[in-house]
Amino acid sequence: MLLIKKLTEAYGVSGDEYGVRDLLREELTPYAERIETDTIGNLYVKKGIGKKPRIMVAAHMDEIGLMVVGFESNGLLQVKTVGGMDERVLVSKPVVVGNNHVPGVIGAKAIHLQKPHERKKPLEIEQLYVDIGVKSKEEAEKLVKIGDYVAFMASTHEIGENCLIGKAMDNRVGCAILAELVKIDFNLELTAVFTVQEEIGLRGATVAAYNVHPDFGLVLEGTTASDVAGVEDTGYVTKLGGGPAISFMDSSFIAPRKVVDFIVDIAKKLDIPFQLRRLTTAGTDAGAISQAHAGIPSAVISMPCRYIHSPASVISLADYENTLRLAKGVLQAIAEGGLSLEGIA
Amino acid sequence: MEVDRFLTEIIAAPGLSGYEQPVARMISATLGRFADEVRQDQLGNVVVLKKGKGEKRPKVLLAAHMDEIGLMVTKIEEGGFLRFTSVGGIDPRTIVSQEVILFGKKELHGVIGAKPPHLTDEEERSRAYTMDEMYIDLALPEAKVRELVSVGDVAMIKREAIKLNGTSMAGKAMDDRAGVAVMLACLQELQRLHHLADVYAVATVQEEVGVRGATTISYGIVPDLGIAIDVTHGAMPGVPEYDTCKLGEGPAITVGPNIHPKVASELIRMAKEYNIPYQLETATGPTGTDARAIQVARGGIPAGLISIPLRYMHTSVELLDLEDIKLSGRLLAYFIAAVNSEYVEELACF
Repeated sequence: MLLIKKLTEAYGVSGDEYGVRDLLREELTPYAERIETDTIGNLYVKKGIGKKPRIMVAAHMDEIGLMVVGFESNGLLQVKTVGGMDERVLVSKPVVVGNNHVPGVIGAKAIHLQKPHERKKPLEIEQLYVDIGVKSKEEAEKLVKIGDYVAFMASTHEIGENCLIGKAMDNRVGCAILAELVKIDFNLELTAVFTVQEEIGLRGATVAAYNVHPDFGLVLEGTTASDVAGVEDTGYVTKLGGGPAISFMDSSFIAPRKVVDFIVDIAKKLDIPFQLRRLTTAGTDAGAISQAHAGIPSAVISMPCRYIHSPASVISLADYENTLRLAKGVLQAIAEGGLSLEGIA
Repeated sequence: MEVDRFLTEIIAAPGLSGYEQPVARMISATLGRFADEVRQDQLGNVVVLKKGKGEKRPKVLLAAHMDEIGLMVTKIEEGGFLRFTSVGGIDPRTIVSQEVILFGKKELHGVIGAKPPHLTDEEERSRAYTMDEMYIDLALPEAKVRELVSVGDVAMIKREAIKLNGTSMAGKAMDDRAGVAVMLACLQELQRLHHLADVYAVATVQEEVGVRGATTISYGIVPDLGIAIDVTHGAMPGVPEYDTCKLGEGPAITVGPNIHPKVASELIRMAKEYNIPYQLETATGPTGTDARAIQVARGGIPAGLISIPLRYMHTSVELLDLEDIKLSGRLLAYFIAAVNSEYVEELACF
């Protein structure tokens, strides 16, 4: 709970993952046999070096956000999105800008000043500005520069029954679970990779999978939970509280059926509630890992998040515990030789 | 400093139109320290009386509304999701993925959801969410929701004050708790000024649903003149400059038919005399402020209006400059210190 709170409250828009990486490095150094970074910014934590098989578990550190691209003469900041974002969530939200975390807000023209037809259209990014409370461009330039990253400002706290709400649940939940796995000893070579730039096209994982060249790759992710009002049961991708979701396919990757069955069997054996992810779109780091070198068998285990990619995503702590149990079970089973990596496809 | 701290506290506090009691208690406690008398009327207006010194004491009413816009539950859906309507004018586009606090049998945290983007088509994504497509998610099982929540319960937008660069600050309910903070600044200034007039500083209720608190309080107090303190639109892209005022350049003094010309001119005279920066705002008809009700209460009460320039009105990031609040408080205090019976008698002479 404390780690997930710290991780979600840290800032790390794609390309600017410093806050999250520093936190993880500090947390995991005592447990690592080797801890290092590469040229793109991935963080590698190695344990059991030299053992077989060699397993890579990946979780991306980056979150969606904005970037400052210009200034209005009155000091408002012009921005563009970094990563796939429904721009409709931006309005009326607090943010932080740049390395000094300059606070700002994204405003909107007052309802009183709008014409009725304006209200029917979403505000597009060209109409949105970050306001840091300055009076001029010159004043703004003293605090912020072009290229500064902008992240949602949100505190993480409990909500409802055993749930948490906060920003960047996608994918700090994966980071938190992976950090917990690092603290456990498995009889295999584990490379935990906290990847960068997943949200803009699996960039970090592409490099990491090449560098690690594991026998098997496991990705821990946050995925959308759409079990909400106005959506028919058939439209649910995952259900909040339904346990970890196992993927057959997403837009970047098709899981080898043998691997899916292996994970499902473990969930059943350990009596862990689980669900099958019912959406074949949206990409994950598994897309990059599975296509590295001559191909690496991979799998994705995801945690349901409602209102993903917003400053107020909701997760279930029961799902968190069960996802951790399942990931741990998978690594244990692999260590015990349960997954034959020959002829896996 | 105290004014800033007070504003920081009261903007985060709950007080939807008709449900102002939580913020009313905070306001009574703070403003009450400067008063000879504090009371609440039947509608819930908080009345703080600071008496003047003298035989003939004109009555001056200051009115700033303490209610805020928010949401009200209209239906509990299957799964425990709550449909809602707005209390006051809310732009549905500003509350997507917004955290709220719902006042059911106990305080509950919630978040506003809508149909997820991946389940919508191009056409749906090209239009804004409407309020009936949204719901409040309490992350509770349906049975628990039904036990704790009832149709008619209200929910507040959750937002702590955000301190920005310099003296800028953003948050919800600046409209019009900023006006309440002006009254505190004014009462502080009056501590060291001599004034004949009895000052009734009133935090009014139900302004956002039709200036109702100001209606009853003007009737109840029968002031010789009343000044509403509210917020006005700050300059921002997409809005004509003549419709806005500038943040940090002092209070906006309104002129127009809703405002007694001699009240406006006296406010301007005082601003000039004491070197307080000010701006003029025009209102071509009845304003959307408490001044609207004050002017036509009883047999007519001379009304004035001063406003704090603010950007993004009725969002949860209403942004203003704290300096404008202090300048407004000072202007009002000097204005009040100069009010005497001759001045108020003149107000009926056209």
